[in-house]
Amino acid sequence: MTYSPEVRERLERDAKEIIGRYPKTRSALLPLLHLVQSEDGYVTDDGQEFCAEMLGLTKAEVVGVSTFYTMYKRRPVGEYHVGVCINTLCAVMGGDQIWEELSEHLGVGNDEATTDGRVSLERLECNAACDFAPVMMVNWEFFDNQTPASAKQLVDDLRDGKEISPTRGPKKLCSFKEASRVLAGLPDGLAGDGPSAAGPSLEGLKIARANGWKAPSKEETE
Amino acid sequence: MTTLTPVLTENWDRPDSFTLDGYGDYGAARKALRMDPDAIIQSVKDSGLRGRGGAGFPTGLKWGFIPQGDGKPHYLVVNADESEPGTCKDIPLMMANPHSLVEGVIITSYAIRASHAFIYVRGEVLHVIRRLRAAVQEAYDRGFLGTDILGSGYDLELVVHSGAGAYICGEETALLDSLEGYRGQPRLKPPFPAVAGLYACPTVINNVESIASVPSIVENGAGWFASMGTEKSKGFGIFSLSGHVTRPGQYEAPLGITLRELLDMAGGIRAGHELKFWTPGGSSTPIFTAEHLDVPLDFESVGAKGSMLGTRALQIFDETTCVVRSVLRWTEFYAHESCGKCTPCREGTYWLKQVLKRLEKGQGTEEDLGTITDIADNILGRSFCALGDGATSPIHSSVKHFRDEYLKHFEIGGCPFDPAASTVWGNA
Repeated sequence: MTYSPEVRERLERDAKEIIGRYPKTRSALLPLLHLVQSEDGYVTDDGQEFCAEMLGLTKAEVVGVSTFYTMYKRRPVGEYHVGVCINTLCAVMGGDQIWEELSEHLGVGNDEATTDGRVSLERLECNAACDFAPVMMVNWEFFDNQTPASAKQLVDDLRDGKEISPTRGPKKLCSFKEASRVLAGLPDGLAGDGPSAAGPSLEGLKIARANGWKAPSKEETE
Repeated sequence: MTTLTPVLTENWDRPDSFTLDGYGDYGAARKALRMDPDAIIQSVKDSGLRGRGGAGFPTGLKWGFIPQGDGKPHYLVVNADESEPGTCKDIPLMMANPHSLVEGVIITSYAIRASHAFIYVRGEVLHVIRRLRAAVQEAYDRGFLGTDILGSGYDLELVVHSGAGAYICGEETALLDSLEGYRGQPRLKPPFPAVAGLYACPTVINNVESIASVPSIVENGAGWFASMGTEKSKGFGIFSLSGHVTRPGQYEAPLGITLRELLDMAGGIRAGHELKFWTPGGSSTPIFTAEHLDVPLDFESVGAKGSMLGTRALQIFDETTCVVRSVLRWTEFYAHESCGKCTPCREGTYWLKQVLKRLEKGQGTEEDLGTITDIADNILGRSFCALGDGATSPIHSSVKHFRDEYLKHFEIGGCPFDPAASTVWGNA
């Protein structure tokens, strides 16, 4: 299977725009792999062939890179790719229990998708939201402060096609393909959605405000 | 008593903090573009700012290493690949206040005479990437980026580049390889990036928080920045409290604050429990215990007590937490993220994981403790980059502080802890 002329033309247009941002073309390889993932839902043979052609690389060079990075998937993931952080802090705070219950609830293991293709699961390493532990990610959007019950409700809602909002993110959760397009460097216009900061992110600032604590003024230190 | 000093976090409670309206008019960049670039480098040197990504290298000194008048393009690369377990400061910073970073990029690039800059952000944080790109676009639209910035004659292009899932890309030379479109594996140093970095050209690589701190230094002066912190660890930094603490979160304070002071502000360890162990700066920094509550959290004091300030990622664990389980999980992380380039790290982390798994199940022996220490000794200082060294920190420090707990596991043939008691809901 190769891309149809229409798809190919569209991908080429996007790829050229992305390549144009870099002083050297090969720098566009990671974005282009995200781009083909946004078309196919995973990094396909055709997708890698396309990247190689656009950048003047051999396919082996492209495969050598794509297999190194965990976000490039070698087989289709669900429309909603669900990650549970199982690094120490989240695991201890309940991530391990969430993972076990969720995996059993869905009947799928690490890097596996449900048969309806809606949801896939991944054991995640630290996603830089430890103050919101236990943390889950869906299509790389934050779902903070989870419990086993909230996690199961979340995947049920995703499978039922309900509209879902991440904790800190856009009003409506994107599909895995849509998310991959943003990662490739193509805007979706949703940056203004969601809070600036929430919950624990504001804890220190709230305490500083309540106590009238500030950084010294410029004048005080001159 | 040390108090909090919100600077980078100051506007986070504004609903529009991530826009120019909620940030300001790039006053520091306007000022910088009228200055001699060398004067900016000198000012950052004078401020005492040290790298906020963990290593604490003096930022101005790093900028000064860039050869000038060499006829080659120079590059600034911001390391926004925040992935060290426990570290969670740059992500909320870029989500809430991306313009502080963009303005810092403009000032820094001008100072080092770069006309192309990159923000390499980890891929797993979609909304942060949106916010960064929107901020960059806003800056272009207002003439803060592009050609002839604010009529100064200075040109700068800024690209937000998403990674694709690899902790190793937080290592600066691996990051460069990744940005060039290769597998992210560390390079042999020297040559250092200041001489041969991105595309073999002089390159400065700085952490997000380091660069985001620059506008405040230009705006308020080196003396202002240096008035905060300790003698050799100047300024403020974001301290990230997570785990078994009443109010986890981001606390921006002068370097040198103690965990005791931070815990007092954060409501202490969760009710009915006590501190057991903690990391001062992520999983790669040797663990501390309650005896270290009063260690000033600056580079020197933490180092003198056998750990590292790292990224100020304070992961707090109470007495319900099993140290062996925690160390196993961190070790699994290092094994997963080892890039495979060097043997000590690739093989060492793999074998550490095997032995720790056995120990955690209570199937180990006292000899296994010798084995993990021996393996760690053979990784530390012999691996190609700091990932391998980091992997040994939890091993060595946990065996030092909690040897009895390891022994207990094989004495009773299992883990003496109930994992349910450590969970958020287990406390209810």
